[in-house]
Amino acid sequence: MSLYEKNLHELHDMLKKKEVSSEEITREYLNRIKQTDDKLNSFITVLDEPAIDQAKKADKIISSSDDFDPLTGIPLGIKDLISTAGVRTTCGSKILESYIPPYDASVIKKLKAKNAVIVGKLNMDEFAMGSSNETSYYGTVKNPWNLEHIPGGSSGGSAASVSARQCCVSLGSDTGGSIRQPAGCCGVVGMKPTYGRVSRFGLIAFASSLDQIGPFTKDVTDCAIMLNAICGHDPSDSTSAKRDVPDFTKALLNDVKGMKIGIPSEYFIDGIDSEVETAVNAAIEQYKKLGAEIVEVSLPHTKYAVSVYYIIATAEASSNLARYDGVKYGYRTEDAKDLSDMYFKTRTEGFGSEVKRRIMLGTYVLSSGYYDAYYLRAQKVRTLIMNDFRNAFEKCDVILTPTAPTAAFKLGEKTSDPLQMYLSDIFTISANLAGTCGVSIPCGFTSNGLPIGLQLMGKHFDESSIIKAAYAFEQSSDYHKTIPTIPNL
Amino acid sequence: MEFEAVIGLEVHAQLLTNTKIFCNCSTKFGNAPNENTCTVCLGLPGALPVLNKKVVDYAMMMALATECKIAPYSIFARKNYFYPDLPKGYQISQFELPIAEHGKVHIDLGDYKKTIGVTRIHMEEDAGKLVHDGVGSDPNSSYVDLNRACVPLIEIVSEPDMRTAQEAVAYLKKIRQVLVYLGVCDGNMDQGSLRCDANISIRPVGQVELGTRSEMKNMNSFKFIEKAIEYEIKRQIHVVKSGEEVVQETRQYDSHKDITLSLRSKEHAHDYRYFPDPDLVPLRIDDAWIEEMRSALCELPDAKVARFVEQYKIPEYDAEVLSSSRSLADYYEETVKHIDAPKAVSNWIMGDILRELKNDKLDINECPITPKMLADMIKLITDGTISSKIAKTVFEEMYTTKKAPKVIVEEKGLVQVTDTGAIEKMINEVIAANPGQLEQYRSGKDRLFGFFVGQVMKASRGKANPKIVNDILRDKLKG
Amino acid sequence: MSITKQEVQYVAKLARLYLDDDQAEVFTEQLDQILGYIDQLNEIDVQNVAATSQSIATENVLRDDVVDNTYDRELSLSNAPLKEDGFFKVPKVIE
Repeated sequence: MSLYEKNLHELHDMLKKKEVSSEEITREYLNRIKQTDDKLNSFITVLDEPAIDQAKKADKIISSSDDFDPLTGIPLGIKDLISTAGVRTTCGSKILESYIPPYDASVIKKLKAKNAVIVGKLNMDEFAMGSSNETSYYGTVKNPWNLEHIPGGSSGGSAASVSARQCCVSLGSDTGGSIRQPAGCCGVVGMKPTYGRVSRFGLIAFASSLDQIGPFTKDVTDCAIMLNAICGHDPSDSTSAKRDVPDFTKALLNDVKGMKIGIPSEYFIDGIDSEVETAVNAAIEQYKKLGAEIVEVSLPHTKYAVSVYYIIATAEASSNLARYDGVKYGYRTEDAKDLSDMYFKTRTEGFGSEVKRRIMLGTYVLSSGYYDAYYLRAQKVRTLIMNDFRNAFEKCDVILTPTAPTAAFKLGEKTSDPLQMYLSDIFTISANLAGTCGVSIPCGFTSNGLPIGLQLMGKHFDESSIIKAAYAFEQSSDYHKTIPTIPNL
Repeated sequence: MEFEAVIGLEVHAQLLTNTKIFCNCSTKFGNAPNENTCTVCLGLPGALPVLNKKVVDYAMMMALATECKIAPYSIFARKNYFYPDLPKGYQISQFELPIAEHGKVHIDLGDYKKTIGVTRIHMEEDAGKLVHDGVGSDPNSSYVDLNRACVPLIEIVSEPDMRTAQEAVAYLKKIRQVLVYLGVCDGNMDQGSLRCDANISIRPVGQVELGTRSEMKNMNSFKFIEKAIEYEIKRQIHVVKSGEEVVQETRQYDSHKDITLSLRSKEHAHDYRYFPDPDLVPLRIDDAWIEEMRSALCELPDAKVARFVEQYKIPEYDAEVLSSSRSLADYYEETVKHIDAPKAVSNWIMGDILRELKNDKLDINECPITPKMLADMIKLITDGTISSKIAKTVFEEMYTTKKAPKVIVEEKGLVQVTDTGAIEKMINEVIAANPGQLEQYRSGKDRLFGFFVGQVMKASRGKANPKIVNDILRDKLKG
Repeated sequence: MSITKQEVQYVAKLARLYLDDDQAEVFTEQLDQILGYIDQLNEIDVQNVAATSQSIATENVLRDDVVDNTYDRELSLSNAPLKEDGFFKVPKVIE
């Protein structure tokens, strides 16, 4: 077994036993990136030399201590909307093509303090607006399981890179499913923590009230380790939760006896792919066998989630993206007649069409005369969606659903129909609106070999319960051990 | 038809905090361009705001001082528009649910008093500064300095309760006075720490509905505000009388030409798309916090005036002048502590002291005469050591040399002559030297009495006790 | 509700985006479709429902008024497309 096939906790054990160095691991991943990224396009920026330097630094710590952090010396990738000091951070957009943040995001500070090794910045939909990674200015990411298919989005690079073993773990962000949906598409574990768990300081905003950073990992154990590393209060983020962070690895118990797993009927609807439904039903059966109690719950406002989301997220985005005006950083048009022309040309040339579409929608729903009809109404329905979850969680510990209605669709299949594209997020959006945590874990494959994702959602700040449920399922299955074969390597 | 003006003011006051409203950059004025900036106030991607508690404290103090009701729950909103001095493309302000509403301010126009309603007070961040001239090499460029971006402001919005330019100025002066009293704003209009926009409309006297208003932007002195409003009222009356309609628009005062000019009409009105800022959390203010701020308030101008009238039995006018600033009021009270002559002290401060300070462009804090010195000098008058006239000389000497009044009196031999024998001798000499005037006086020209007093005072080099001079002189002139 | 091409151009102007006629046409069609879908929200009676801006309710996040100079201000202009003498430089603003 190659080093790059190993999980974080396995590599940590090897580093502890001094069987391998961080530099060796890092070189192997960098080599793997070189071999595969022409086909996958997961990375926007690869940090060869800086990664080796960081690995050497980590090795010094490792050689002088037996008790170092699980992340020390571990190569990881970062979605290219998390600010990294001195390293270009594009957000998948032309408008930030040359932008080099002068500061580290709070999560990056945490990872650097643990001497993790950042191997590169990962491709994504432009400004995290997309479900297929096809809106990136830096080209589409391909699904490692089938290069004709999308990797999911917007954290497509984060999902594909872990799935294809180009890095050990990665960070992504989830605004409406942008971690869980690509994790499902690529057959890896992707966790969106509770809103406020992970500092957003330095995360380039799409929709501030929904955005949350989370990890992609090869298994649930690594997910718990990553959560331990990135969660916690940050005084620089007003929305960061002042909550104690438990040791999430304590939830890796392989015991779900008596755990109540809620199944919302609203998630098993027409339009859900039959293979997906079969796989998810099999998972439910598996949980029964493991001793969990399956209960029916209702999330009656689920069908409104996409509408609410596309009002709130685009409204916030239209404002968040106003700062890209060519004055302080980023792209500025070459030829502007005057100030007004500079604004218009910079933004028209700098943003792609999906971003423009959402800025337009968000501007419209906030504009004079429409605020009450759209934005305020959406905020009220958001309350109803939150109440749904509150009521459901009175009856269960976690909620189980498919991550998406279908497995990864084909590249280009939905690019001309934005609404159909938006509807592919129908199962993941509610968790963002309600602020709850959610994880996608692999639960099977379609007949043509594409992974199927199982979503587990938990109460606010109860990531431990979904880790516990996810871990028990994983221990009773092999899906997480299957590695995609990238053709013609 | 007779018209009346309806005026409402929006006052922006920069708060005297150490740091900006949403980041810990310094608010220091006059630093090199973009020196007071960081990830947050530059609006860098990913940077997030955190509210400065002091800003809330100060806003609450002003709210309490203007009798506003403080909202138990308030939120910040984003006001979206593009401008190079606005780094995020939106200004964080309060829109719905501001921190305070429904206050009032009392103004005194001399002839009458009036209460002006305060609609609301809200907190917001300032924008940066655009420099067009005097920097850089390119006349076709503007230059952006973001030092001021994110500096805390409160906006105080009045009801349209003012009817004349004088009322507007009196209101603004009162707002400024209270802000400076509280120590929450330096009130400096030149540097832009205090800015004022006015909404002005006219209507026929007796009409209830408001006319179409124009908005006057950024007037930076009391004088210009008064002139601008006066001009604008006249202009609108002229427009209506010529059978046209007033257009809703933003106008600017041109102080060189003493006219107002249209900046932009509301056709190009902004659509600010306000919505709650998702990066900030709501503000919950409980009674304990309000009481904490209330107890931190100093005595306010209105209360001080009332107390001065009551405690020192001085006229209201004196009390108002003395209370115009906290430091002047403190100076007065300190002086009165040393000598129990409240009206005399008031006269000296309002007259000689304020005149000298004004000539030298000094603040009362920089006055060369300390309250103790002033009190000592007044004591010398009341105990008869010097005359009021001599006191003027002592005062001038004190002001320039900072010497104690007693020292000046001794050094210059200015002690008042009260010896009747000596005075009588001088009077005899004066009468003997002016036989013509004496004759005229005795034949009925009473006004010449003053002439003889003057001559005697001159002979005594001002030191003769005027009362004794009067008494003896009157007697002697009778013959 | 349906959106007109004129409204699309108005919104584009607010958002500082140029749209040529063809793009405006496409956006009008797409936005109209999305807004048509969003109209489903009108089915719900929300009269007595409070609005939610944030899913996790927090209040009074405040910091002390203490200057912190740890940010390297040299970097403030490091990404400026155009700068001079410590200023960001933009086409002349005409007021």
